[in-house]
Amino acid sequence: MNFGNLYKTMSVLVYTESENGSFKKTAFEVVSYAKAIANEMGTTVTAVSVNGGDASQLGTYGADKVLEVSNDKLNNFNAEAYADVVAQAAKAEGAKVVVLTSSADAKFMAPLVAVNLEAGYVPNVVAAPESISPFKVKHSVFTNKAFSLTEISTDVKVVGLGKNAFGLKENAGAAAAEAFSPSLSDDDFNTKVVSVDKATDKVTIADAEIVVSAGRGLKGPENWGMIEEMAEILGAATACSKPVSDMGWRPHGEHVGQTGKPVASTLYIAIGISGAIQHLAGINSSKVKVVINNDPEAPFFKAADYGIVGDAFEIVPQLNEKLKAFKAQNN
Amino acid sequence: MKILVCISHVPDTTSKINFTDGDTAFDTNGVNFVINPNDEFGLTRAMWFKEKQGASVHVVNVGGPETEPTLRKALAIGADEAIRVNTPATDGYAVAKQLAAVVKDGGYDLVIGGRESIDYNGGMVPGMLAKMLDANFVNTCISLEVADSNVTAIREIDGGKETISTSLPLVVGGQKGLVEESDLRIPNMRGIMQARSKPLTVREPVDANSETKTVSFEKPAPKGAVKLVDNVDDLINLLHNEAKVI
Ligand SMILES: Cc1cc2nc3c(=O)[nH]c(=O)nc-3n(C[C@H](O)[C@H](O)[C@H](O)COP(=O)(O)OP(=O)(O)OC[C@H]3O[C@@H](n4cnc5c(N)ncnc54)[C@H](O)[C@@H]3O)c2cc1C
Ligand SMILES: Nc1ncnc2c1ncn2[C@@H]1O[C@H](COP(=O)(O)O)[C@@H](O)[C@H]1O
Repeated sequence: MNFGNLYKTMSVLVYTESENGSFKKTAFEVVSYAKAIANEMGTTVTAVSVNGGDASQLGTYGADKVLEVSNDKLNNFNAEAYADVVAQAAKAEGAKVVVLTSSADAKFMAPLVAVNLEAGYVPNVVAAPESISPFKVKHSVFTNKAFSLTEISTDVKVVGLGKNAFGLKENAGAAAAEAFSPSLSDDDFNTKVVSVDKATDKVTIADAEIVVSAGRGLKGPENWGMIEEMAEILGAATACSKPVSDMGWRPHGEHVGQTGKPVASTLYIAIGISGAIQHLAGINSSKVKVVINNDPEAPFFKAADYGIVGDAFEIVPQLNEKLKAFKAQNN
Repeated sequence: MKILVCISHVPDTTSKINFTDGDTAFDTNGVNFVINPNDEFGLTRAMWFKEKQGASVHVVNVGGPETEPTLRKALAIGADEAIRVNTPATDGYAVAKQLAAVVKDGGYDLVIGGRESIDYNGGMVPGMLAKMLDANFVNTCISLEVADSNVTAIREIDGGKETISTSLPLVVGGQKGLVEESDLRIPNMRGIMQARSKPLTVREPVDANSETKTVSFEKPAPKGAVKLVDNVDDLINLLHNEAKVI
């Protein structure tokens, strides 16, 4: 007989992402979120970190315990192996709720974790659960054109928290670090990363607080210099509308919208983009939207918070100059 | 190679989103349904495998009779056979369970689905299916090559892409990039005529429970009017002092 289960805390388990040994901001966000649920449930937060950063940082946002996995085989992200690590940790902790973020990697592994734990999974969650029992959470559907309040009926629940949906909440926890050695088999590595092609000096759309995006109004790829300059001044990521990437003016990875990437930044600046419904669908969860367009009738103005009606080729260089001066003063 | 393409039947991208029955159901009134765009890229890539490598291509949907026109369209694009699992798609888990039964019975080597359906944005069916089948899985796939049972795939990651080597049996969550926009095929008259006589099998569901259910839907609060400014100084000032985002 195994009495171990009796002593399990039923903690909330959270997978915290890191890159090159440092936690990403989303790691702190998911811990903040997990802490809110744990408080509701009267339990604790256990974080799982794979080759991650300094555990005490997770403590700042409410982690009570950090399971540290360090394994060279996990240097490259591998959905199956990572999902296995998280599922094993969830079982070891008797976790009833598992929280992941909404990065490409987290979305890749979440369904695998859910099936492994026989848990119901809800992605793109935008708020703390409305109730714990029954477990109901609000999440965005129809590419941010609506929200659904969804009930998860399984014993264990997997929640994918939308980016920037909850924010960071400081909340001291003990963050007791413990080594965790999951048992991984060769089967976990049937899928191998051969090479990674990633611009390390650029801010990604997924991580960016600010996104500078441009459309067909820019006329041609040769005019993107001023867009990249603005992104650099603001520490922003660059993005584009679909036709721009279809025509090969910009890489596919920059296409945002219903059929491209979702953007959940705090500021989205749209330059020479008309604001078609499919484009807007992808940026609805950005907080503040600025539009620069020479057509006052462009539909984007209806979805924007701030706008300038004018020629991008005049406005953008002026804006860049003033932003540079502003940054020089305010940094 | 036997390929199964999973087709989600979704409102087209211009649809107005409204709800009925006390905000518990999607209002399909006046909505035009299409093949989920991510699945259309996958289907078109499957046609390439058919034409270049002699693969057979079946398409499947889990849903009621109303999805058959969408499956016929997939046949008109060139799929050989269609299967409809006759049960409403209640949640991602239940759909994956149905698909797992179809894959096991049909002995497919490669299953191509989409990164996500553009309606519920679950992004979960292919991953769950792969796990249920114990098959390999590549999500956000933007390039796929198969030689014997060896697979080379490229996956979009945040800020770039990575090349992956794996093997069949494989489930793919595909998107634009698997083929280009310009490679998509609009069914021609001949395709449409042929589609009428291709098999569309209706299959009864296996037992599968749902794990989640919608309690209610809600639309975002309407937003206030845009503030227009006529110079960049005002814009910077507002972004800094009012919106507090720079
Ligand atoms: C199934 C489907 C899926 C789609 N998915 C997406 C998606 O995910 N993302 C997406 O973006 N689109 C998507 N689209 C395409 C979408 O419908 C629009 O065609 C597209 O967003 C338009 O891109 P744009 O705004 O760059 O170009 P345009 O519509 O050509 O707009 C250019 C804008 O630039 C302005 N402009 C021109 N010159 C200047 C200047 N000198 N200074 C300032 N402004 C100027 C014009 O007034 C105009 O508003 C999809 C379409 C379909 C059918
Ligand atoms: N009802 C369905 N029938 C067949 N395939 C589906 C169904 N729902 C989802 N899929 C497949 O799973 C992918 C992801 O869907 P989802 O998990 O719903 O976002 C879709 O692009 C389809 O390939």
